[in-house]
Amino acid sequence: MKFSIIVHGAPYSSQACLSALNYAQAVLVAGHDIVRVFFYHDGVHTASNLIAAPQDETDVARRWQQFGLDNNVELIACIASCLRRGILDETEAERYEKGTANLAPGFTISGLGQLIDASMTADRVVTFGV
Amino acid sequence: MSSILFILSGAPHGSINAQESLDALLMGSAFTQCSALFLGQGILQLVSHQETDDLGVKNFALGFKALDEYGVKRITCSVGDLQQLGLSTDDLMIGIETLDDMAMRQIIKDHDKVLNF
Repeated sequence: MKFSIIVHGAPYSSQACLSALNYAQAVLVAGHDIVRVFFYHDGVHTASNLIAAPQDETDVARRWQQFGLDNNVELIACIASCLRRGILDETEAERYEKGTANLAPGFTISGLGQLIDASMTADRVVTFGV
Repeated sequence: MSSILFILSGAPHGSINAQESLDALLMGSAFTQCSALFLGQGILQLVSHQETDDLGVKNFALGFKALDEYGVKRITCSVGDLQQLGLSTDDLMIGIETLDDMAMRQIIKDHDKVLNF
């Protein structure tokens, strides 16, 4: 079965971010596919490469990055949500003259069309952090 | 073509989430058949005559008037939640179909996908 996963909560502010990761891992372990993970609202903070978690705490954002890269799962952060919250890739940093980009490896910034496409393409859509 | 039901349950203005949810609904309706179900404090998004100037935030609720043009098929809310908020459909800025618990169950069944906001 094909799953799309939507994350609305930021690391540490909301358990949703970590619950979604645990769920995503379970989906793959159970032999299903993930069409895409879409980060919306405060969920886009997961895509920041500037999160420095204390050593004795789970680095939620790093674990998401690793999950995406290891499993070749598409991690999309909504561009409108990102720009408001200061998550920029090289292109957007240049466009808005911000001097530096901070999008973590494994993540892509894209539009809301990706959310709708992910919803329509998947057999199941599961949202975390409502 | 998958139909999508958007469930909108957050109050407006306390965070940007309600505004971003409307953006998602408008985007969805550009791609496929969409409907909206307002639950709980989400109904407050539709209250008429909202003034946001003093808050310093955008009056995004004006966008709800575009739902019809975007072809959003059914715009609905929980009748129980509407009453609990002390509101009637006359207090809302757009025409809305009120649903009881059975009808809400049915509208969820009638759509292929549900997106919760």
